[in-house]
Amino acid sequence: MRKFREFFIEKLILICGLAAIFFVVLIFLFLLKEGLSVFGTVSPLKFLLGKSWYPISEPAQLGILPLILGSLLVTLGAAAISIPIGVACAVYIAEIAPLKIKEVLKSGIELLAAIPSVVLGFIGMVTLVPWVKSMFHLPTGLTALSGSIMLAFMAMPTIVSIAEDALYSVPKSYKEGALALGATHWQAIYRVILPAASSGILAAVMLGIGRVIGETMAVMMITGNAAVIPQSILVPIRTLTATIAAEMGEAVVGSEHYFALFAVGIVLFVMSFAINVTADLFLHKKK
Amino acid sequence: MRNPKRAEKIAFFFLFLATLLIVVPVGLIVVIIIQKGSPAINWQFLTDIPRQGMRAGGILPAIVGTVYLVLGAIIFALPIGVLSAVYLSEYAKDNFLTRIIKLAIINLAGVPSVVYGLFGLALFVVFFRFGASILSGSLTLGIMILPIIITTSREALESVPYSFREVSRSLGASKWQSISSIVLPNAISGILTGTILGLGRAAGETAPILFTVAAFYLPQLPSSIFHQAMALPYHLYVISTQVPNVDEKIRYGTALVLLALVLFMNLVAIIIRYKFRKKKKW
Amino acid sequence: MVKFSIRALNIWFDAVHALKNVTMDITANEVLSIIGPANSGKTAFLRMLNRLNELSENFRMSGEVKLSRGNIKDMDTELLRKRVGMVFALPLPLPLSIFGNVAYGIKMHGIKNEKRQREIIKQALKQAYLWEEVKDRLDESAFKLSGGQQQRLCIARTLALKPDVILFDEPCSGLDPISTAKVEEAMLRLKTDYTIVLVTNNVKQAARVGDKTAFFLSGELVEIDKTDKIFTTPTDKRTDGYIRGKFG
Repeated sequence: MRKFREFFIEKLILICGLAAIFFVVLIFLFLLKEGLSVFGTVSPLKFLLGKSWYPISEPAQLGILPLILGSLLVTLGAAAISIPIGVACAVYIAEIAPLKIKEVLKSGIELLAAIPSVVLGFIGMVTLVPWVKSMFHLPTGLTALSGSIMLAFMAMPTIVSIAEDALYSVPKSYKEGALALGATHWQAIYRVILPAASSGILAAVMLGIGRVIGETMAVMMITGNAAVIPQSILVPIRTLTATIAAEMGEAVVGSEHYFALFAVGIVLFVMSFAINVTADLFLHKKK
Repeated sequence: MRNPKRAEKIAFFFLFLATLLIVVPVGLIVVIIIQKGSPAINWQFLTDIPRQGMRAGGILPAIVGTVYLVLGAIIFALPIGVLSAVYLSEYAKDNFLTRIIKLAIINLAGVPSVVYGLFGLALFVVFFRFGASILSGSLTLGIMILPIIITTSREALESVPYSFREVSRSLGASKWQSISSIVLPNAISGILTGTILGLGRAAGETAPILFTVAAFYLPQLPSSIFHQAMALPYHLYVISTQVPNVDEKIRYGTALVLLALVLFMNLVAIIIRYKFRKKKKW
Repeated sequence: MVKFSIRALNIWFDAVHALKNVTMDITANEVLSIIGPANSGKTAFLRMLNRLNELSENFRMSGEVKLSRGNIKDMDTELLRKRVGMVFALPLPLPLSIFGNVAYGIKMHGIKNEKRQREIIKQALKQAYLWEEVKDRLDESAFKLSGGQQQRLCIARTLALKPDVILFDEPCSGLDPISTAKVEEAMLRLKTDYTIVLVTNNVKQAARVGDKTAFFLSGELVEIDKTDKIFTTPTDKRTDGYIRGKFG
């Protein structure tokens, strides 16, 4: 009886252990199942590189290049802001801040990670958007720049905490060695500690970017959602994620539009998969 | 770099500045929401249905909807997540399969939230014909928080000293007996922490529930898991972007309730972690 | 009467050949002391007798170990470990109450009746000379006991299962001399009812409590004999050297 119960439970545990694989595969399969149908009407190349996204006109034009460029633009903008600030903050927390302040800073950053994205989007709408509008004398503040700033902010917890871990795990002897040779603390940081933690920091940056590309609500609320190829960072744009979120509610199940949105989902899934696998390789390189 | 001490001072100043650039806005956001949202909070706001096209009244259906969704998600994700963590920490050998599982968990954690929404739509709403319902939304959110629960539970299990397992086995307890009577009870605080963090995440997410459960306006409480429901984050989205002329007070009030809910859960998680760490017996 | 008979036993952990071709018998109702320097395979040998080595993924073996004529390989591990109890090097109470620690094994083996449990636990604690010290605080955490008390608790925990054999893996290495004396006293009284195998780094302890003594070196059994003989006229030069402190 005991043996039988044990056998049953161990099988159950094994099945649950495989759950993560099961769900990743299931997600991918269902995206494919619904998304691949769109390629009956539009070729994959035309889908990815088509310059117009008019899913409900007759005939529908299903080119997602403007959306890809929109995502890319806000992501690059966010990366340009968040990487230097995030890494600098990680260095400050890991190396310079006194113990008590360190705890306060870390909980501040955890707090940021906990704020729901729709709340940040709302705050961005009422504070950041008007500020961008008056700052650059624009007709609207709903721009790629506003999105970039907000996304940079949202990527911070990921970048700071993972980079801080990487910096913290550099053996103390490295730093002590540099200090013993007469280097200042700052010299030890940028000549010894930063290079030693570089692969972890790279992983932090990649995961931060992954977070940015996948972010939906905030970006939808503050980037204006214009599906045109952006000419500057001060115009409204529309991202891949926002397109799905904004349009799926109106798309009829089984329509071309519905399939096309799933195909956009495939693109997002593949991108996040690639980013996460690469980041994981960097994270485990040293170990 | 002729004067390394001065260079150091300048560098440290900039590092400090960068830190302020992150931490100060966080504090400001919280302060603004509390300041502008708290005037809206009163008994009626918390217990009434929305009225006049969501421009007046309260947000009770959204609060209740979110509570249902979060509970549903946890009922689904907790057993699977904990057993999965048990597999990884107690049974998995260092082999290819284990590496694939770990990679799958990382990817599950990285899938964009709106893609979860698509998946939930395709699988639960359309394929299983659950329709847009609390059931579909809960399952979607449950899968989304699975990696959080697995990762934190696994850490908690692995922090239980190996010797306890050895002693238990040496007394003739079977592997599962050792896990269920020694390892799991001593990992409970970590598992609880992970669960609550997962709850917080599920409560705040909007994109996964957009097409799987969320109702634009449903001025009554849901009565079955096969019904649609309102949810706090979606309600905040709706009244800030879809409905014109909503009093700012109501928007801030809704944001405050959502923020308070999520932060409260995080706070509870932190307190549990802290208390158990102090109480730890080994 | 022979309790354990070990024939051509080899043990590997990955590529490390931890025990080489060991053949010996362990007599019932005696104390067998096993001595030898670190990494000589003593602990691997001890953990072979209750198949605890099998918890390591990289463990392999050849040869056979018989307990009262039955090959332990064919036995149910849980029942074998109930018959062959073990006390570890450091006092390792489980994170339970004093009562819970002693009751743990019998509960796992299906004794649910609380009255029955209380009887067994009282007897086990008495046998381990701990009853008088803890009888009024059985519900307290086991971690509140002193090191020596904890180790006697671990002995009681094993005794509650009514084993045939008790394995001691350097049970006094973390204890002060007075606690050590108490544990040794317990061992000597237990040998009338149990077979005891004691691995120890302390040569004097082996001499004090062992009826027989076995000397291991680099995974080989160098010799096994009556304790008096080993300590006065050992057959092998290496045994002599170790006892006189040449290997430390």
